[in-house]
Order: sequence, then structure tokens, then C-alpha cells
Amino acid sequence: MSKQMTGAKMVVQALKDQGVEVVFGYPGGAVLPIYDELFLQNDIRHILVRHEQGAVHMAEGYARSTGKPGVALVTSGPGATNAVTGLTDALMDSIPIVVLTGQVPTFMIGTDGFQEADTVGITRPCTKMNWLVKDTAKLAETIHQAFHVATHGRPGPVLIDIPKDVQFANAEYTPAEKAKVSHYQPRTEGDPDQIARLVEMMESAERPILYTGGGVINSGARASQLLRELAEETGFPVTSTLMGLGCYPASGKNWLGMLGMHGLYEANLAMHGCDLMINIGARFDDRITGRVKDFSPRSKKAHIDIDPSSINKVIRVDVPIVGDVTKVLEEVLRQWRARGSRTDKAGLAKWWKQIDEWRAVKCLAYKNSATTIKPQYALERLEALTKGMDRYITTEVGQHQMWAAQFLGFEDPNRWMTSGGLGTMGYGLPASIGVQIAHPEALVINVAGEASWLMNMQEMGTAMQFRAPVKQFILNNERLGMVRQWQELLHGERYSSSWSESLPDFVKLAEAFGCKGIKCDDPKDLDDAIMEMIRYDGPVIFDCLVEKHENCFPMIPSGKPHNEMLLSADAEAFRSGAVLV
Amino acid sequence: MSALNIKKGSTSHSAYDLRSALSEVEESHTLAVIVENEPGVLARVIGLFSGRGYNIDSLTVAEVDHTGHRSRITIVTRGTPAVIDQIEAQLSRMVPVYAVHDLTMDGPSVQRELALVKVRGKGDHRIEALRLAEIFRANVVDSTLESFVFEMTGTPEKIDAFAELMRPLGLVEIARTGVAALSRGV
Repeated sequence: MSKQMTGAKMVVQALKDQGVEVVFGYPGGAVLPIYDELFLQNDIRHILVRHEQGAVHMAEGYARSTGKPGVALVTSGPGATNAVTGLTDALMDSIPIVVLTGQVPTFMIGTDGFQEADTVGITRPCTKMNWLVKDTAKLAETIHQAFHVATHGRPGPVLIDIPKDVQFANAEYTPAEKAKVSHYQPRTEGDPDQIARLVEMMESAERPILYTGGGVINSGARASQLLRELAEETGFPVTSTLMGLGCYPASGKNWLGMLGMHGLYEANLAMHGCDLMINIGARFDDRITGRVKDFSPRSKKAHIDIDPSSINKVIRVDVPIVGDVTKVLEEVLRQWRARGSRTDKAGLAKWWKQIDEWRAVKCLAYKNSATTIKPQYALERLEALTKGMDRYITTEVGQHQMWAAQFLGFEDPNRWMTSGGLGTMGYGLPASIGVQIAHPEALVINVAGEASWLMNMQEMGTAMQFRAPVKQFILNNERLGMVRQWQELLHGERYSSSWSESLPDFVKLAEAFGCKGIKCDDPKDLDDAIMEMIRYDGPVIFDCLVEKHENCFPMIPSGKPHNEMLLSADAEAFRSGAVLV
Repeated sequence: MSALNIKKGSTSHSAYDLRSALSEVEESHTLAVIVENEPGVLARVIGLFSGRGYNIDSLTVAEVDHTGHRSRITIVTRGTPAVIDQIEAQLSRMVPVYAVHDLTMDGPSVQRELALVKVRGKGDHRIEALRLAEIFRANVVDSTLESFVFEMTGTPEKIDAFAELMRPLGLVEIARTGVAALSRGV
């Protein structure tokens, strides 16, 4: 017996069949039939956001912290255009999300109807795939396909545009198991011959490095486990991109810290000086490579990536391996162990000695103050006071984001949510709510800058309404700190529009939202204030007034190679008078 | 190197590395892209080229399998070998793309383009145009007392040559289909 239902009911049914528990959204004329259906059921929870951009970032936070696809539902026209930033963010960072948009009725498409926008046209370049469904009979199948595409291969955002008449019309529901998930079946097994070449190189490498990225996290918990086995058994050092933090534990003995523009000295110099670079699920982003011509000039390079277009896009590699990180690492370990688990132990010992010399530079050293809170100190204290807790961190974008990546330690994957590729200011607050909705009991902290945070602060209303006790830890320097830093170092100290005038009183703002506000400007009070934030049962806006002119080091200016790094004058090398590269 | 040693206000510093990576010689490649014939698929393929700064010299598209809803897009593009590789990889990973064939790399191929060429003239010019058309095996598909429309098929180079010859004889307008191509043999 075929099951007839309206398109709107199909949407809800398909989401249930896909295991969706939460939808982040905002209603409007073109999605009202779907909102009606949501109203009539209790399986799927709807989180009403305050702005559609917030909905998409929440879906991203949900997805990044759970490994499951996040879902957002918005209306036509402005609802869809407001979702564009979040879609682009998810595309750049390979986050699986499904966005459903309402559309004017099919007979009105093309007439410049009220709240009409060419949503599939606008979002074509910022989604992995999108669909305009003009026939109710195809709606359920399309939704199942969308989930398949979002979560298979390199994950990414997908969008389904649903005209209002398609939501009203009746048709037969296609269950998930009967849906044609198209021919889209990306290759997941790596080429065993290429893997064999890599294994041979591993056996003879004197200065190897594992350069890991977000692909390890996207591949699932097993990938991180395999990476740990690989690092422990080979003794190879591990570095990670911003996106990959947590796939290898910060407390692990092989951990070099993050690499890249604001990465650690030892990580960047090890990348520059290695003889075998094994890229696992990273993409040679320009914030990582610096000047491409001088990037790690003496190394053989292997690249493991599920997306063939990532390989040889920026850096030519010697061993390309297209496949899923989990499956490839399993095969790498199997072959390497079968051949006797050999490495060049003498070479490695020398390599680690060199790395320890680089570590001794203490590139993250900073001059602390008894009277002013240094942002690095604030994060060191936050790390010390939350260590061991069931903790998730989101960030906004800028100096605070880089300091958080440098000073906070991540022991597990999916604990660190940050906008890497797109660098979206305003990401962190909504993302923290998405994480908290997925993990109601966990401690979720958004490390923010005051300027980024203001971009989506309306979402505090969402946090209050849905009792998401997110902690907004704002490092307030009353500046657009990273912009200010570039202007100081590279634009003749002309501080063009890089300070925050007319800032709100964040404590009063917190009170206005009905949550708790904490202000701290004295290093002596900081520990107590952070503990007060952690203990408070509800959302907190923490206004941490920090040093206004602190710069974030190390720093590789754009277009410079890894061995031309700017260090803080407080690093050990300066104190001891050593000359650096 | 300390932060203080960096040249202040230098315009050579940018948020991006402004130097291009490797400059190599550009090559012309003919790609056949087999896609699902669904709404927006052509926009998706073209958007990839414009969004990532690749060139399109010629483009043809039509459904070639009506039951399977498959279309064949033939694209002639230019780029360094690295760029061509990247174009193929980017096309291959698109969800509605079934296959990408680089006909330039896959061995010998047949490439044909159809052109309609309108030539206006009287007297000797008109006779000369007709004589050249015969040499190029172009057919007359429309004629008035002072004009011809020629139809011809051939490689893009042959059509270029014919159009060049027609220019002094009164070339008015030309319509070209772009290249359709198949690999030779089986």
C-alpha cells in the first residue's frame, strides 16, 4: 500500500528517517507548511534562532561536535541569502550540513515574487550540491540523496529548495532504503601500490613528519585512533592544522603543536626541514604553506585525501593516495607492520634532538603582567581550570582564535570548533549553541574577541530560550586585534578603522538578555571569575578586559617561507641572544 | 628575526602571496564531460570554470542518451599541465558528473565544428566566394541575389581559415557550434 502525504509531511518524515533529532531554523511565508508539520510532532526538536546565519553555524557546531550532519530550515529570499555565509563556511571546512529553504510556488518562480530569490543559483558555488524540487513525488528521494551526498566522500553542505506548492501537494513517500542515492560513490580505499611506496619511505626516513588536518576528524573517531597508533609505533612527530586539533592528543609525546602562519616554531621548522612529509587529511592551505616555492624544499611528500582535487592543487606530491583516512591508515599500518615495523631509529633520534632544540626556543613565551590581563595568560588559566572537564571549545576569528589554538590543549577529536577556511567572524557564538544542544551536559565555551562576538550576539536570545548554558569568554582588547597587528607590522602603524568604538557594557548586555555577566580586568581576580563562569548554571557573557596591543606570535608573514618566522621578543632565543634562522 | 626588523608600511606585504607559483607553457585540451542532464548542470560546470579562473575556448552541450538522461559537454580549455589536471579533478568530483575524458591526452581524436557563414557581395567577389566554398566543401544553404549562407563542417582551424578568406569577399556574420569530439578507434 503506497503512502500518500503532503510534501511538508514528507520533509519531516524524511528527516526522521535520516535520524535527525534537531533542526535549527527560522519560519517565514514559504516554509509555513513545514512548520505546521513540525508543530504536529515531537520527535524532532526545533531550535528557533534569531538570524538565519546563526541557524547554519549552529548546524555546523552540531555537526562538528557529533560527526552527524546538522540540519537548518529557513524561508525563501532573505532567509536563504542569510544562510549563504554559513554554507560557504561549511564548504571550506568540509562540514556535513543539510539546509532546507522555502521557495515561492513553482508558478511564481521567475516573476520577482515577494521574498523570491534564485536560491539554487546563489548557492550553487557555495554548496557541494543543491536541488530545486518542483515535483512532490521527488521530494523525499531528493532529501535522502542530499543526506547521502553531504556525508559521503569529502563532507560538505547541501541545500534543497522547496517551493510552497510542492509542500502542499500530495504524493507517494519514498522511504530512505528505496531512494536512488545516485551514482555518487567516492572512492574510499587507497591504492595499495602507492601505500606500499609510502611504507618504504617511512622505513628509511630520517626526518619524517605527520602533517594532519581536518580530514582525520571527518573520517571518524577510528581515524584518530589509527593516527595515534601510527605516531606511537613509528615515533614520528605529529603536527596539525587548525582544523585537525584534537586528532592527536596535545599531551601526546610526539605532539609538536599547530603549524602554519601562527603555528609553533618547532612545528613549522620541522615541516621546513623534514625529508618525508606525510599529509593526512590536510590540503596545503596558503596559511600553512607560506611561499609555495620554498615550502619544505628537501622533502618527499605523500598526501592522503578523499578529494582527488586536493591532491597536487597547491603542492606537487610524490605519493598521492586518494582515499578515506581510516581505510588508508589501516592499510599503511597493516603493510608497515607486516614488513617488520621498521624505522631509521638513529635518524629519528637525531631528528628529535633537533626538534628539542627548536622547542627550547619557547616560541609561545610572553611577558606577563601583574596589573593587566594578557590574553595568553587568560587562556592559560582557562586551560588549567577546565582541564579534564567534559569540555568543547568554539571560537570566533582573529587573534583570540590563534591564541586559543596555541594555548588550549585538545585530547580528542570533535572538541574544537572553529572557522578555518572561510575565517567567519560571528561563527563562534551560534556554533557554541549548536554544540551545547548536541551535548547538554558538557561545558561549552566560546573563546571570542569582542568585535567578532558582536556580529552574531543576537543569538544569546536563542541560548536563553533553549537553556543552552554556553559560556562566552570574550577577550576584549577594544580592537580588531588581528587587523591592528597587521597594520602595526605591515602597514606603517596606520590603524585604519581597527578599533572598537562605542562598545556595549557586556555585563549590562548579559542582564538585558537575562543571563549572567562577569567582568574581569585584574589578573589577580581571573581564576575566581573563570570558576564563577564555569559554576554558573546558565549562559554567561564574560568580559575579560585584556592588554590592548598584544601581538600574536609566532607569525609567518604571507608569502614568506616557514623558516622566516617572526617571534616574540620574549621567546627564549632572544633572551639567550641566539640568532634564529 | 624580530617583529621590529620588518619593514614598516611596505607595500610588498600582502595578506596573500602575490607571486604565482610555477609558470609553465599553456596547452589546449579538449575535455568530454558526461553529466546527468538535470536543471542547472551546465551552470554548475561553467560556474566551476569562472569561479576558479579557468579558460573556456569552446563549449558544446547536448543530451546524448535520452533514456539515461546523460548529456555530453565538450569543453576546449587552455592551461598549464597542472591547471588541466586540476580542472579534471574538480570536474570529476562534482556530484552530477559521471565521467571526464581528456581527449587530448587519451590518444588521437576526431574534432569537428559546424559553422554557418553569411557572405554578401556581387560580381567577382560573389563568384570567388562560391569557388572557395567548393574547395572547402562548404554547402550553400541559403542564397539571395547578393548573399550566400554557407554551411561547413571541419576542425576549428579549417573554419578559421575559411572565415579569413571570406572576410575580404564580404563576410557579414558567422555562427559556430563549438567543438564536438570523439576519440578515434574503440
